[in-house]
Amino acid sequence: MSTIFGIPTPALYGQILIGLINGSFYALLSLGLAVIFGLLRVINFAHGAQYMLGAFVAYLLLNYLGINYWLALIVAPLVVGAVAVVIERTMLSRLYGVDHLYGLLLTFGLALILEGAFRHWFGAAGQPYAAPSQLSGGVNLGFMFLPIYRGWVVVASLVICIGTWLLIEKTQLGAYLRAATENATLVQAFGVNVPLLLTLTYGLGAALAAFAGVLAAPIYQVSPLMGTNLIIVVFAVVVVGGMGSILGAIITGYVLGILEGLTKVFYPEASSIVIFVIMAIVLLVRPAGLFGREE
Amino acid sequence: MAVGTQYIAEQPKLRTSSKVLGAIAIAALLAAPFFFYPVLLMSILCFALFACAFNLLIGYVGLLSFGHAAFFGGAAYFTAHAAKVWGWEPLAAILLGVAGAAVMGLLMGFLAIRRQGIYFAMITLALSQMFAFICLQVPFTHGEDGIQGVPRGYLLGILDLNEPLTMYYVTLAIFLFGFFIIWRIVNSPFGNILKAIRENERRAVSLGYRVDRYKLGAFVMSAALAGLAGGTKAIVFQFATLTDVNWQMSGEVILMTLLGGIGTLIGPVVGASLVIALQKYFAAWNFPVTVLIGIIFVICVLLFRRGIVGEILELMKRRQKGAA
Repeated sequence: MSTIFGIPTPALYGQILIGLINGSFYALLSLGLAVIFGLLRVINFAHGAQYMLGAFVAYLLLNYLGINYWLALIVAPLVVGAVAVVIERTMLSRLYGVDHLYGLLLTFGLALILEGAFRHWFGAAGQPYAAPSQLSGGVNLGFMFLPIYRGWVVVASLVICIGTWLLIEKTQLGAYLRAATENATLVQAFGVNVPLLLTLTYGLGAALAAFAGVLAAPIYQVSPLMGTNLIIVVFAVVVVGGMGSILGAIITGYVLGILEGLTKVFYPEASSIVIFVIMAIVLLVRPAGLFGREE
Repeated sequence: MAVGTQYIAEQPKLRTSSKVLGAIAIAALLAAPFFFYPVLLMSILCFALFACAFNLLIGYVGLLSFGHAAFFGGAAYFTAHAAKVWGWEPLAAILLGVAGAAVMGLLMGFLAIRRQGIYFAMITLALSQMFAFICLQVPFTHGEDGIQGVPRGYLLGILDLNEPLTMYYVTLAIFLFGFFIIWRIVNSPFGNILKAIRENERRAVSLGYRVDRYKLGAFVMSAALAGLAGGTKAIVFQFATLTDVNWQMSGEVILMTLLGGIGTLIGPVVGASLVIALQKYFAAWNFPVTVLIGIIFVICVLLFRRGIVGEILELMKRRQKGAA
């Protein structure tokens, strides 16, 4: 069996794949956070809860309505996006005039409510969610064994990340969004409905989180706590990348995921803290983040 | 508008009315264990001190730390370890906790003050989560079990802390000491510079203040005082567990301060008492506590951002204006 630095290559590739999967979720979630923060100037603490909600909607759809994975992949983001739209209209929009920290505190409260409620109903243990039959099994790539579902997660998240990036950078709607990020008052003066844009942006960000949640359901179990533990790591990812750039958020997500996977191979004890350590180093060397601008 | 600036109250230098109110409050605290369950009161005192320490940072420097559980829980671990494994005298063990929390505050603060506002909150949260992961893995914290059965011991070798009343009065003394320190900091020239930084950081810089050093100083003090609360808690409840270092705990202390009134001296005390009392009440009711805390958060943020004490002070101010 071939080895690199004394590590058998299949184990190495396996951990890189796991890192790539985690990185996919970091990228999807930090992308959503960056989109929301760019326009609303709100750090959406409920992002993790919305990710969890996406997974639970898929789980409930399957178990109570018999709606399969593929439909859930579309329906769950819509449902969660709709909930987010209501939250933005009724609560978040009242806080745009005050310090941005209140947005963080409000979404933190909402995250606690969602998480606590689901924990009350479903318990802290995870619920299994089977991968769709089309994606079960695996292929032997010669140098490693690849479970098809995991390959699908990487491809799907890449497609969504690139799609969102194109939407923001290349379309008319995206142009409005970028313009409103720079100067909301001026854009409104040109007749663009900025409040609607804010609402839709929050909905879009939450829908992205829900999509990630459905993708995650068959890999990790569907559990009330799946979101918050993840979102704190994603915060660190966001600090490393800096929130100035959408592409930066995506790249940082994947790279840190892979680095975390590699740490699991070479020094497993540090794997849970490696991203935080990287964050600390970045803060020392380049406080604005790798892709960020000084504000 | 920064958090905590809604009302820039000149903290008066102890007016007669404040003196009277203070005396009444201390008398009430001295008599309290004869009317309420001492353990509940001690829990309130510990968390009230924790919230006051947290408020020093958000209320007077305008920095929202989302990682204060690291100092509270970290100090609890240090104190518990010193008292149980090394057999230290309780006060010395608590002081070790304070020192440990201060060192952690220095390290975390050094990194976190490089960014402001929302980034500061995210960085402190991430660093405290890192500390929680470390606590999960290093042997001396005993992982999921935590450090159990910490002896209360004899204070200075004389006072038996296993007596509930003695323990209560010692806790009260520690709380009053911490509260006094915070009052002194807030009303010192140092505290005034902190408030200046909160109001307008650039102007403070232009006046020649090394803003970063002041921020770091405040961060370390806040961490040390949170450590004082955490260490005392470890002696009172005789254990230190992962619950104390978790992000939920950081959230709870934010809520206590927000509910009572950010930037007011006694707001955090009021907030901590209410949150602890509500938790006790709802736990008996089988209502999920997390949901309750979340709901109070949402209500506070949407309806009264000044907090209970802040709103009362604002009301009094308006009345005075109306009368004048």
